[in-house]
Amino acid sequence: MASLTLREVTKAYGATQILKGIDLEVADGEFVVFVGPSGCGKSTLLRAIAGLERVTSGRIAIDGRDVTQERASERGLAMVFQSYALYPHMSVYRNIAFALENLRMPREEIDARVRRAAKMLRLEPYLDRKPGALSGGQRQRVAIGRAVVRDPKIFLFDEPLSNLDAELRVATRKELAALHAEIGGTIIYVTHDQVEAMTLADRIVVLQAGKVEQIGAPLDLYNRPANRFVAGFIGSPKMNFLAAGSAPLAALAAPAGARTFGVRPEHAMIARDGEAADARLSVDIVERLGGESYAYGALQDGAPFCVRAGDALAARRGDSIGVRFDRARLHWFGEDDLALGA
Amino acid sequence: MKASLLTRRRAPGRLDWTDIVSYAYLALGVVMMFGPVLWLALSSFKTPAALIEFPPSFLPAAQRVVTVEGYAQPLELYRVRQPDGSVKEMAQIRRVGLQAQMVDPAAPAAAPVRVPIEAREPLREIAFAWSNYTEPLKAFSFGRFFANSLFVTVVATLITLLINSMAAYALSIYEFRGKTAALTMVIGTLMIPITIILAPVYLVVSAIGLNNSLWAVILPGAATPTGVFLLRQYMLTLPRDLIEAARMDHASEWRIYARIVMPLAAPALAVLAIFSIMWRWNEFLWPLAVLTRSEVYTLQIGLNAFQGELQTQWHYLLAMTVMTLLPVALVFVFLQRFITTGIANTGMK
Amino acid sequence: MSSTQAPTQAAPKPAREGLGGRVVAAALGLFDAPMAWLQRALGLGAMPYAFLAPNVLFFGVFVFLPIAINLVYAVTGGVNIYPSQRPFVGADHFRALGDCASFLDPATCREDHFWRGVRNTLVFTFFQMIAMVGSALVTALVLNRRIVARGFFRAVFFFPVLLSPVVVALIWKWILQRDGLLNAALVAAGGEKILFLVEPTWAMAWAIFVSVWAHMGFYTLILLAGLQAIPADIYEAAEMDGTPPTRVFWRLTLPLLWPNLVVVLVLVLIRGVQTFDEVFVLTGGGPGTATLMVVQYIYETAFANPVQNFGLAGAASILLGALLFALTMLQLALARGKSKEARA
Repeated sequence: MASLTLREVTKAYGATQILKGIDLEVADGEFVVFVGPSGCGKSTLLRAIAGLERVTSGRIAIDGRDVTQERASERGLAMVFQSYALYPHMSVYRNIAFALENLRMPREEIDARVRRAAKMLRLEPYLDRKPGALSGGQRQRVAIGRAVVRDPKIFLFDEPLSNLDAELRVATRKELAALHAEIGGTIIYVTHDQVEAMTLADRIVVLQAGKVEQIGAPLDLYNRPANRFVAGFIGSPKMNFLAAGSAPLAALAAPAGARTFGVRPEHAMIARDGEAADARLSVDIVERLGGESYAYGALQDGAPFCVRAGDALAARRGDSIGVRFDRARLHWFGEDDLALGA
Repeated sequence: MKASLLTRRRAPGRLDWTDIVSYAYLALGVVMMFGPVLWLALSSFKTPAALIEFPPSFLPAAQRVVTVEGYAQPLELYRVRQPDGSVKEMAQIRRVGLQAQMVDPAAPAAAPVRVPIEAREPLREIAFAWSNYTEPLKAFSFGRFFANSLFVTVVATLITLLINSMAAYALSIYEFRGKTAALTMVIGTLMIPITIILAPVYLVVSAIGLNNSLWAVILPGAATPTGVFLLRQYMLTLPRDLIEAARMDHASEWRIYARIVMPLAAPALAVLAIFSIMWRWNEFLWPLAVLTRSEVYTLQIGLNAFQGELQTQWHYLLAMTVMTLLPVALVFVFLQRFITTGIANTGMK
Repeated sequence: MSSTQAPTQAAPKPAREGLGGRVVAAALGLFDAPMAWLQRALGLGAMPYAFLAPNVLFFGVFVFLPIAINLVYAVTGGVNIYPSQRPFVGADHFRALGDCASFLDPATCREDHFWRGVRNTLVFTFFQMIAMVGSALVTALVLNRRIVARGFFRAVFFFPVLLSPVVVALIWKWILQRDGLLNAALVAAGGEKILFLVEPTWAMAWAIFVSVWAHMGFYTLILLAGLQAIPADIYEAAEMDGTPPTRVFWRLTLPLLWPNLVVVLVLVLIRGVQTFDEVFVLTGGGPGTATLMVVQYIYETAFANPVQNFGLAGAASILLGALLFALTMLQLALARGKSKEARA
């Protein structure tokens, strides 16, 4: 278990800048999730931490020790690959034991460690099987077992759930959370799925185009997004954005310099009969999820908008409904898209 | 007319004339391809006497002989037309000009009779002259040649697999300075058959002191550009994640090669192994040039030498030819599908 | 930079770790310690070179060095095998090879055997190419039809490929000899014996035939693979359009097979120019010089003649090498043109 420090890390392939100066502190035992859209550089950053990519400039330190020039094998980290990268010709046991054999660990010690990991991950019945004979979830657990058995300073996960189906993904997500609670290691986890990020992370690092947009606890990011990108990326359905000064916002006092207004669908309400509405929404689509509903449409000035309603939303396509904004949950962004005030 | 033969599909369920032509062609193919080898095999069991017969008999046959009381040597049996028109089996004692002295094996005590040779017809039976096979093993160094060929084939194939897979690994897994140059070099050597550097390779081999040693046959062809290519193409398809995972697992580069890449490249290694075995077992021109002492002859060179020396001893030559092709035939029977798909996929042989 | 990859297990087929695998693993394991030491001593960056080294050494010693020596041989004279002890003669060997009163008549050349070899090789290669490609194409087309036991028939045509040239030659020599099977058949059919390997024209014809017999299966495989890569629905579409079979062949099959056909043509050409072993064992280059090939000339000039003339052999090899180089370039150019066309 260890802490990790990144200082001004950049990575370029020729003229293409993939990472544009990343600074990050990860505390011992922390579960940090890198999240961002495809191509934001999150996987490259993870591979740079792993030592699989050399950084163009900047420093990486583990437990205060500079490892920038060290090779992947020297850094003492373990990684779970998106593809799992199980050795297809080796049994589950040999897959898990391989790293320990490379370290020339005594045979009994290897056996004990493999069995402990297998027990923890419920892999004991499959130790003699080849990866090809396992289900997706089992392969996933072997990949984790291969990482756990090494007792690494930091676990690195590269989109480990993306090859699983939806149901298994939810189940494995919970297992991962439980695993972290049990072994308590430092974990860096890459995903493009913000639900994974919100549910698993102690802290989330939101990346876009090779830059850190915001670092913070999940609820901080949700409640106090630092900029318009984070506001839009975290939360589902996405936050509604309106131009400051547009007609539906007439009743609101915009702070000085505001250019964009944002409110999440769950922080807008349908005005009950007689209640004063901030804006009027003409409904295009209503999604009824059972416990809640979402109405999608356009406000009077044509801006697209979504609002969450209770389970009994009666509106239909073509209806016009009044919408109120929760005054405590409004977001304003300035010319530079940074959040104002707050 | 030939046109519809050339299209791929026929109407299902019906046997039309194009099918008949096709099967006729295939049947002819079977005769043309197998026939000569079958003929060689049958001939190799014939006695020297049966071999020089014209027209040749189809199956190996030999004259029946019989031991007759009072005669030290077994005598050849003939069917003899008697002056009275009846036919009788008699043994020939000796032949004098156009007359043969013959005796009735049932009555050895009776005086030999003279029979004109056109009145007698040899009695024959199917007989396999195994001595064609056993005698060369004793009399000539056939066993030695066989062992030499085996040694060359096995050792050369092992070396080829090892060094070519190492090179292919370097050229498929790493990025390094000079990689393009190395690849170009490999392509370059692809175009240089040993045919055109015969004499200088001979000099190199002599200078190293390998003259008339089996190593002179083994070493020059051990690094094959074909092999490097074949293995590299395959290794390029292995997921990079596996290599990186192994590196994260503290595996040394050699261990990644030996424990991860080699087992996964087994199908390509098997194809190269089979190619190498074929090349080495059948190799001719270079061993012919470099091996001049008969103790180090490989089978092919030994066989070629025999066909010069034993021009009149076809019975040995044919038997040895069969023994030379037998291992290849066995390999083919068991690995046919594997070999043909390997070749179809790589376009090499 | 997130990659979207299928799980690795789908890609490589796991090999069975049988006895052979374990033996190989154990043997390679012997190098574990020394190679790990090497990696520590030289660093990771040096490892690709370490892996490349054995092959480079072999290529260097047995290919590149000999090429250099060959160049020296070609411009030096005498009978000594050591280049340093051979006197420089400039282009004498090339002049000797080119010394002909008339290039159409080898008898007027100083090195008449070389020119006979050239002429024979050209004749051999030309007719062999026609026969080889023709028969391989027909066989591939037949094998590509819906026939029963295709695997068996494919194997039948293929198996001579595995036979050694010496064996192939001896098989046919036995059939073609004066009292052989073929003459027996001729006599039985009321004809007369023909001395197949004694009459020059027959000897060349049989040399070509035997080489086609031995190698046709290989080219058939390549063409068959090409035919099988043509999607079936193309033929079905043509059938729906009522395309006549001849037109299907000329307008669909042949153009789609063209890339493979080009490969086969050039391979046959390259191999034909290098023909030696089968013909050498079958006819010994005879009768006289009727089937003497260029490679046999090189071999005999350097090794089999009483005076080993490495210089002349080297000069001839360089000419042969230049020809092979040109043919290979042709192949690459055709292949490139073809793939460009496929992309367009």
